[in-house]
Amino acid sequence: MSIDLTQDYFALFGLPRRYALDEGALEAAWHELQGRVHPDRHAHLSDFEKRRSMQWATRVNEGFRVLRKPLARAQYLLELAGVDAALETNTAMSPEFLMEQMEWREAVEEAREAAEVSELEDLHRRLLGHAREVRGHLAAQLDEHQDYEAAADTVRRLMFIEKLQQEIDEALLALEN
Amino acid sequence: MAYSEKVLDHYENPRNVGSFGKEEEGVATGMVGAPACGDVMKLQIKVGKDGVIEDAKFKTYGCGSAIASSSLVTEWVKGKTLDQALDIKNTQIAEELALPPVKIHCSILAEDAIKAAVADYKKKHEA
Repeated sequence: MSIDLTQDYFALFGLPRRYALDEGALEAAWHELQGRVHPDRHAHLSDFEKRRSMQWATRVNEGFRVLRKPLARAQYLLELAGVDAALETNTAMSPEFLMEQMEWREAVEEAREAAEVSELEDLHRRLLGHAREVRGHLAAQLDEHQDYEAAADTVRRLMFIEKLQQEIDEALLALEN
Repeated sequence: MAYSEKVLDHYENPRNVGSFGKEEEGVATGMVGAPACGDVMKLQIKVGKDGVIEDAKFKTYGCGSAIASSSLVTEWVKGKTLDQALDIKNTQIAEELALPPVKIHCSILAEDAIKAAVADYKKKHEA
């Protein structure tokens, strides 16, 4: 068994290079690869071969980590397409989008301060629906239109949405305790 | 990660938090966001007839460094002309607050917020 470290993760797992993903197939391919490259299976081998097997196992796990999460997978597809999502430096989102984000954050803050659990749960539900819709756009941009610039903008939007989701989860957790 | 004393000071006692009334004369708004951390920053400036920034307010959802960066720039832009405000660089903000490298994007956000607010003012007052 050997794996090609220059292959991209989709090729590594034998999956089509797409955003839409058969999660079951990814998991099955991961288990199968992991079983083959796991260092414990190579205990009888030389140090060099053990090290190499460790490298393969790391590559397989890293690939699984990236492909499993929709947002990380989308970022990886952008990377493969040579498009920089500029997550650190692109601050110029549409003002309407940012205003909307501000309003969401204010609503979460208010509900948190007033300890309104049902309000937070409602925000959580609405945000889930919104996130699903945005991921739908992302799938179309990446898989159907190959419009990577538009997809990069959607990835940036999803970063804010995930952060918001995290804020709501934290607020709910804080109120539960 | 430890915050510098200046960051803590602005974080605990943020200057100029809030918003101006929509109908107030000479108010312009800059909205920016940092995808990497999900921070959102709103910076408003109130510009006098002489073209000097009289007052500034901010609202930021983000980490301590983002809040400190925006709080600091609301102080810095006051008394400056629009062009002088545009001269404020993120490196100055980062240096003043002793931001570590991983928090430099917070100072970039604050610099971009000034630019966005000035652009908004110019857009409203041209023609």
